[in-house]
Amino acid sequence: MSLLTKSTGTAAARETPARRRPRVDRLPYLLLLPCLVIIGVLLLWPLGQVVGMSFYKLDSVRQLRGDREWPWVGFANYAQILGDPFFRTVLRNTVLFAAANVVLTMILGTVVGLLLNRLGKRMATFVASCVMLAWATPALTGTIVWKWIFDDTSGLVTWLFNKLPDGLSTALFGRSDWTGYGWFNDPLLFFSILTLVVVWHSFPFIAVSVLAGLKSVPSELQEAARVDGAGPWRVFWSVTFPALRPVFGILVVLSTIWDFKVFTQQFVLAGGTQDRSTFMLSIYSYAEAFSPPPKYGLGASIAVILTLILLVVTGVYVRMVLRQEDES
Amino acid sequence: MKKFALNGAGLLVALFAAFPVYWMIATSLKPNREIFSATPRPVPAEPTLEHYREILTGNLIPGVTFADFFLNSALVALATVLLSGLVALLAATAVARFRFRLRTTFLILLLVVQMIPLEALVIPLFLMIQRLGLYNTLPSLILTYLGFSLPFAVWMLRGFVAAVPKELEEAAAIDGASRAQTFRRILFPLVAPGLVATSIFSFITAWNELIFALTFINDQDRYTLPVAMTYFFGRDDTAWGSVMAASTLFTLPVIVFFLLVQRRMVSGLVAGAVKG
Repeated sequence: MSLLTKSTGTAAARETPARRRPRVDRLPYLLLLPCLVIIGVLLLWPLGQVVGMSFYKLDSVRQLRGDREWPWVGFANYAQILGDPFFRTVLRNTVLFAAANVVLTMILGTVVGLLLNRLGKRMATFVASCVMLAWATPALTGTIVWKWIFDDTSGLVTWLFNKLPDGLSTALFGRSDWTGYGWFNDPLLFFSILTLVVVWHSFPFIAVSVLAGLKSVPSELQEAARVDGAGPWRVFWSVTFPALRPVFGILVVLSTIWDFKVFTQQFVLAGGTQDRSTFMLSIYSYAEAFSPPPKYGLGASIAVILTLILLVVTGVYVRMVLRQEDES
Repeated sequence: MKKFALNGAGLLVALFAAFPVYWMIATSLKPNREIFSATPRPVPAEPTLEHYREILTGNLIPGVTFADFFLNSALVALATVLLSGLVALLAATAVARFRFRLRTTFLILLLVVQMIPLEALVIPLFLMIQRLGLYNTLPSLILTYLGFSLPFAVWMLRGFVAAVPKELEEAAAIDGASRAQTFRRILFPLVAPGLVATSIFSFITAWNELIFALTFINDQDRYTLPVAMTYFFGRDDTAWGSVMAASTLFTLPVIVFFLLVQRRMVSGLVAGAVKG
């Protein structure tokens, strides 16, 4: 059988002697060229630069302009950063924040995806449209609105907490008057609100992706499991989840990458880069580099550390995508 | 009973997702005494457009109007869309239509560069912009956003190009059309809807960006809208009515565009993704 196909193959090749491709086709490379130049110049070259800069002592704009020399300091920036207890706090904040957000986003997104799949058509369309609204809202304005909702005088949350019976509020939180309460002052509270904002922005994507995945799982399987007496929990873990596993894998990795990089929401909620107790890696890097006095070299070394973490996660992601490409 | 519970859960989700957007619009329509009253009203009792009038006619920052910032943002976003659309179309055609040696390498490259934390590139891009003499100019942003939007644009477009039946091009080739002609006359028109979807994505990327705009632009009359909003929002007594009116004007075009293409986005996103 294989011999047969092989021989017909060569026969066909002989009949039409390399008519289409006399030599290596240069056209695809030409078409790719502008794209490669742009990616190279605007993404890869700067990435290399940031690694290079992390080995220099760079602390003035003059050095960036090339008016002053760059003193080479080797791994001094890294030594300084890694030896700084504050960096360890920031790293811990970043990892904990990303972990909490990935878990919450995945759970909420999956539940909403499953829900959308079960709702009647009109209700599903309505809920999906509302969910899309949260997804489409820019990080900037979405965060500004949440900041308004948590405003310490006329914010909705402050009003709600003021509405609690005084006795209950005092028993639970030790205060009954919430007017003027700084919702963003305590780091733990700050991170909780940031989590709320980030989950609000990102669960729609998970929900919609899970829904798309569910539509491709034959519902007969779930029906059959149900007929066999499986409860909803069992149906999910034994039938639905295994079918969706590749989608889940990619979603978890993507969410991890995004949640490690959260910047705009953090920046707007904290009102800039003054509040160091709420720092995570990306804003820490930015603040070190750009808030006066500038320390570009130190900022670069933090950026490199963040990139290295993401590179590991990306490796997992690329493998998953390539495997899916092979299958399809 | 079960259906009731499901619908109830659905309503809760809808409320959680849509409420902030509703609250933004509602606040933007309230007069100040309603906004700053101790008891928030769910619906504006006396809706007013005064905040919209304020931001549209007044100066957000002395000497600069909302329209100026809007124009800056629109210029930057449109230029980004045009450039990245053109370049992405060429690259997507290469990947979708040809089998060549470095094809898989290129696809992996696209995935990897999408994961670079862009904030990490602020310093070297700042340096590059300084050296090119582009600091404090809008082209510095156009260039930067071009780099950011391109990988995803290519990833998204390649699906659209692949969906155009190859036979059409082959038929044209048999009829004697050159390669350039087949691309221009056959492929491009059929890919146009995909190009629109991709363009909207690039537009949203450029329209929303804050950090680079904050870092590369110094003069207030060249601020983009996000930077201007962060600026007049950071003052001690936040004028929430104006902030919400500006936020609404900033958000609505994005939501409209997004809803137009979200269905295509989903399939594109699950494979190789970037979030706005």
